Amino acid sequence: MIVITGATLPDGTSSDLAIEGGRFVDVAGKGAGSRVIDATGLVVLPGLVDLHTHLREPGFEQSETVLTGSRAAAAGGFTAVHAMANTSPVADTAGVVEQVQSLGDQHGYVTVRPVGAVTVGLGGERLSEIGAMAGSRARVRVFSDDGKCVSDALLMRRALEYVKTFGGVIAQHSQEPRLTEDAQMNEGAVSAELGLAGWPAVAEESIIARDVLLAQHVGARLHVCHVSTAGSVDVVRWAKARGIHVTAEVTPHHLLLTDELARSYDSRYKVNPPLRRDEDVQALRVALADGTIDIVATDHAPHPAESKQCAWDEASFGMVGLESALSIVQLAMVDTGLIGWADVASILSRKPAEIGRLAGYDAAFVPGSPANLTLYDATVSHVFGLEDLRGKGTNSPYLGRELPGRVIATIHNGYPTVLEGELVDAAEVALAAQAARSSREMSQA
Amino acid sequence: MKHLLSTKDLDRDTAVGILDVAEDMADVATREMKKLPTLRGKTVINLFFEDSTRTRTSFEVAAKRLSADLINFTAKGSSVSKGEGLKDTAQTLAAMGADAVVVRHSASGAAQVLAESKWIDASILNAGDGTHEHPTQALLDAFTMRKRLHGEASRGRDLAGLRVTIVGDILHSRVARSNVWLLNTLGASVNLVAPATLLPSNTTGWPVTIGYDLDESIDADPDVVMMLRIQAERMHAAFFPNPREYSRQWGLDDERLSRLRPDTMVMHPGPMVRGLEISAGAADSSRSTVLEQVANGVSVRMAVLYLLLAGAAES
Repeated sequence: MIVITGATLPDGTSSDLAIEGGRFVDVAGKGAGSRVIDATGLVVLPGLVDLHTHLREPGFEQSETVLTGSRAAAAGGFTAVHAMANTSPVADTAGVVEQVQSLGDQHGYVTVRPVGAVTVGLGGERLSEIGAMAGSRARVRVFSDDGKCVSDALLMRRALEYVKTFGGVIAQHSQEPRLTEDAQMNEGAVSAELGLAGWPAVAEESIIARDVLLAQHVGARLHVCHVSTAGSVDVVRWAKARGIHVTAEVTPHHLLLTDELARSYDSRYKVNPPLRRDEDVQALRVALADGTIDIVATDHAPHPAESKQCAWDEASFGMVGLESALSIVQLAMVDTGLIGWADVASILSRKPAEIGRLAGYDAAFVPGSPANLTLYDATVSHVFGLEDLRGKGTNSPYLGRELPGRVIATIHNGYPTVLEGELVDAAEVALAAQAARSSREMSQA
Repeated sequence: MKHLLSTKDLDRDTAVGILDVAEDMADVATREMKKLPTLRGKTVINLFFEDSTRTRTSFEVAAKRLSADLINFTAKGSSVSKGEGLKDTAQTLAAMGADAVVVRHSASGAAQVLAESKWIDASILNAGDGTHEHPTQALLDAFTMRKRLHGEASRGRDLAGLRVTIVGDILHSRVARSNVWLLNTLGASVNLVAPATLLPSNTTGWPVTIGYDLDESIDADPDVVMMLRIQAERMHAAFFPNPREYSRQWGLDDERLSRLRPDTMVMHPGPMVRGLEISAGAADSSRSTVLEQVANGVSVRMAVLYLLLAGAAES
């Protein structure tokens, strides 16, 4: 049993919390024989849920594994991540998604929810075995070809319709492929000067516009991955006003960084969709605050060092983001006064869980709910360094920057994965996860 | 000066200084003994990831006239073509004790990445990076303009008041970018002319005027018309319908040539596609500076190598 004393809840009130058998329980009378965590001065958030993570396993274990990515997630305060499908083999069959999920269960740092590919091998030609993945033990509900756009309009329509069958959602990587051939960075004044091939905003906005209309036409649910432009915000806002079932995510880096950083030709700033202009950053912040954009998702994309130690054109797209996400949200959104901690709880936990149809995140801290939480010290700040990165990737754009906040503890299904700011040992977490699984199975039997 | 990566970094006095040293270097070429001992014992490596016989040879002649040891490290047939990246190549050259690396690479920013990396300590001289910059080309163009304008009285002068029209594939041209910044720094005004498909979609911050109509620009009586090469790969990517239409609208043909003043300079960085962007008549006319540009290229590259390698020792 764990008792947490003195933490400040997202709504600003203070309360003690008690955890037993993997769930929150009534705190009255608890205390004797418990592990007591003094959380005075800390914010307690519901366990964070990432709808957009690249764990790279199977196939790209030199970049990340389910274990190392799970550790990075826990260190960042996450208790659940959605693992994108662009592995090798691609997560386009029941076998692959079940494997990824079970690796996540074994390691136990976070709940790993596999995302299924929309098309076979992300090839954009034929639908993958969506129904089999949905019906598998992994119970996949989010489908995405992320990294590639489902650019064929007919295939996109069919996919949207098909996942309606079981309440699934298509998470689209909105990128018109012809308009972005060889694209290297945001198309604008900076790309013109640097001589880097442009990735125009219209390539994102035109696909989102098409997809919201398709979603409306077939009455399906669409999720837009990593919205990056002010124009995309306008399209999503328009679609929501029309009652179209669309949700949207923004990454931490698109809330903070701009294409000016490309002037260094430092490929840590090379990401897809690319960093945009300051006007876009400001529009994204406003959209997140007013609910046009529903959630923050990391698009954590680890790469080995050699993929970034080269010329910009030759470098891989992507940044790691799990470890820094909460700090960036604090810096860009909370410290600027745009949102409060209750909103953070919503955009980083309740809503992403809802979009992914992940149970247990709808009533945080309420007795009977699964005990997933993060204790966060928002009052400290430090220079973000390599020692803050807990996955395999070191391709963080924040190295050397002063960032606010620190995750002090993370509790997943009732057992700690991070304590006093340090990851709990892998063997200990795996044992705790196993114990939690058996007690759940016993109570179900 | 430790590196030369772009002309955007150069201020007026530095740029004029380079051109003045190039004047001294040009004098060497007129001597019977075309060689100076200045860089004896220095190792200069020509690191060319992209083929370019002209530029490579120009640097080679420049380095040798200064008595440096010049080694060509070309990508074709070397470890580079077997997948070795910029980092390993740079570290290899550093281990061999290179004092300066002249780098040509298809990726924009490659020279800057080398200069800012910890992989190699040598001076980096950008000999063309992707579609970003080609600073020695702009310097030799400026040198050529200044020489035609002021002749023997060139030293110390900039290009104040000169009106330069650059025509062609601005979007993909590192020559155009380097010229835009340098000409502006030297006081010239720049007019860019191209179909809209071959101009960047956003030129905020570029100190230029932009037009689509070559005839209008010709009738505005420019002092310099610089034609850029149209590369073959643009022909099939819908930048314009076909070469004939391009040539008709944006080529410098004999008729347009005849409307220029007799002392208007016609420039081209080479290699030219005669009959496409420039007619044979224009290329071979007395207005054409094409061969002077080649000769001046050696002088300017000598000046830059001298300033990077000998200049560094003095400061």
